Amino acid sequence: MLSKNSLPLHPQSTLQAGHKAAKSDLFQGVDYYQIDELLSTEHKLVRDATRDFVKREVSPIIEDYAQRAAFPRQLIKGLGEIGAFGPQIPSEYGGGGLDQIAYGLIMQELERGDSGIRSTASVQGSLVMYPIYAFGSEAQKHRFLPKLATGEWMGCFGLTEPDHGSNPAGMTTHFTDAGDHVLLNGAKMWISNAPFADIAVVWAKNPEGKIQGVIVERGMEGFQTPETHGKWSLRASATGELVFDNVRVPKENILPGVTGLRGPLSCLSSARYGIAWGAIGAAMDCYDTALRYAQERQQFGRPIAGFQLQQKKLAEFVTEITKAQLLAWRLGVLKNEDRATPAQISMAKRNNVDMALHIARESRQILGGMGITGEYPIMRHMMNLESVITYEGTHDIHLLITGMDITGLNAFQ
Amino acid sequence: MNILVCISKVPDTTTKISFTDNNSKFNEAGVQFILNPYDEWYALVRAVEIRESLGGEVTVLNVGRADNEQIIRKALAIGADKAIRVDADPADAFYVARQIAEQARAGSYEMILLGKETIDYNGSILGGMVAELLDLPYISLASHLDVEGQTATLTRDIEGGKEVLQVTMPFVASAQKGMAEARIPNMRGIMMSKSKPLNVVPPVDIAPPTRIEAYQLPPEKGQVKLIAPDNMEELVRLLHEEAKAI
Repeated sequence: MLSKNSLPLHPQSTLQAGHKAAKSDLFQGVDYYQIDELLSTEHKLVRDATRDFVKREVSPIIEDYAQRAAFPRQLIKGLGEIGAFGPQIPSEYGGGGLDQIAYGLIMQELERGDSGIRSTASVQGSLVMYPIYAFGSEAQKHRFLPKLATGEWMGCFGLTEPDHGSNPAGMTTHFTDAGDHVLLNGAKMWISNAPFADIAVVWAKNPEGKIQGVIVERGMEGFQTPETHGKWSLRASATGELVFDNVRVPKENILPGVTGLRGPLSCLSSARYGIAWGAIGAAMDCYDTALRYAQERQQFGRPIAGFQLQQKKLAEFVTEITKAQLLAWRLGVLKNEDRATPAQISMAKRNNVDMALHIARESRQILGGMGITGEYPIMRHMMNLESVITYEGTHDIHLLITGMDITGLNAFQ
Repeated sequence: MNILVCISKVPDTTTKISFTDNNSKFNEAGVQFILNPYDEWYALVRAVEIRESLGGEVTVLNVGRADNEQIIRKALAIGADKAIRVDADPADAFYVARQIAEQARAGSYEMILLGKETIDYNGSILGGMVAELLDLPYISLASHLDVEGQTATLTRDIEGGKEVLQVTMPFVASAQKGMAEARIPNMRGIMMSKSKPLNVVPPVDIAPPTRIEAYQLPPEKGQVKLIAPDNMEELVRLLHEEAKAI
């Protein structure tokens, strides 16, 4: 007979001491439309490896770190080892050399664990490694990328400023020419990974007023990264500010390949694309948890999954997740062919994060009072998604991008 | 050190089991298949560890059709150097053992490792058959394996304790929990697995000696009968007459 009892359900139960067995992580992927058939063997291996990593390393500890608002720094080594940092960067620079769908699936599985962990990987891969790869000199690529790929060095990305969020072109951070180096002044905020980052890719105005990327290294005089405390969201991710007070940055640390807003925006396109996939992971975890709970929880003598109001929620969840999966997959195909437009990426990011947040809120209701506790991941996902719907272009701004794309009229200003 | 690791494809442990063709065939529709955990976590990973410390080559061998490529690729991503797939349906244990023996003779392997059982049919029979067909020593249920020169030291879990034994290569051993720590393939390994050799060979033409007549699912769980604490006679009667437990 095919036996269910011959082995524990999940590999993590056999892990060495020190890894608490994640008995509660029974997650199974959602594939209502056989979308797996659209994926290659490589895609499925990448997805399953990341899922195994999350079940083994993230699920057993993440609730505790989120409750304590601490970043589980010990995960960095493992994330580097499995190749979660810059999987889409060519292998000659230490990346994984994978395609965009594989990258998306990694983000999906990491965010299934926690949006904060996915954020750390997104920032490292799309906002730090990508600009160095796309706009850096050969020397910069060889110096920084291999160490960023392994996690030996961690990076952060400085674009948003206290007074310039949705309007990055108005930034005031700038640098002046001082011979063999430049002097950088200004401040950035809401920077994921800032408190522990070894380097920061900072977007600042050059003496001509054009935006350029500068690699700032920890230890440079005048550079500080105070941590942002008191967040109700992404509590297991470290967020901070970047403060530059006459920081002397050698000119060889300026990214030579791009000037203007195109530089940071192309990084954001890459990261937003990853978020479109990542949000599916958070939504799947909420759906999986709510479905399991509704089938087990008895009220009025039968499982609550048998009541129409709960079924409406669950049926809508699986419908919305399926639509989001198809959107992300198609966007991945276009991105692999270098045909995905920023507006198409905006649509997917906006739709999928909104979908995930809605599912988190509604699935929390299915769990009743249990939904607000850390026994289940739903409330953590819900709180995380409040950041995800705001960062990397707010929900409203992405709508205006779609609006501008279809009407040709700019409603931003 | 050249090591052959035999790997199987099995249904994921969460699979809902059903049958077709008058209950004579396992219904594969919608089933997720995985690499047999005992083959993967213990036999394969230990083989890769030994290769990493002593050099040599790890070959994985699977008897199955082309759709087994995903589990073979996973084995290559974990660290095997090359793969052989015998292009046949794994009809029964003896049929598979004959195919493995044929491939083992064609190579020169110092060790042949496999999991202690597959998690679908739980036969635990393959290792012994392969060893017999190759006239090699067989160590079953090994939870530890060390190599020095041409001698291997293995630990077997036995009733109430452990047995440590030595064997001269070549030999066949089945692996169980304790032999190694499960490894998650990394992205680089997954990419590299694409360029590792996968040799597809025809099977030895033999008729499988057994045939599945029918499968039966275990009986549905019945209703729970509650007996009042003061009615011990009824409890004894039910246990005797209905449950036939006493």
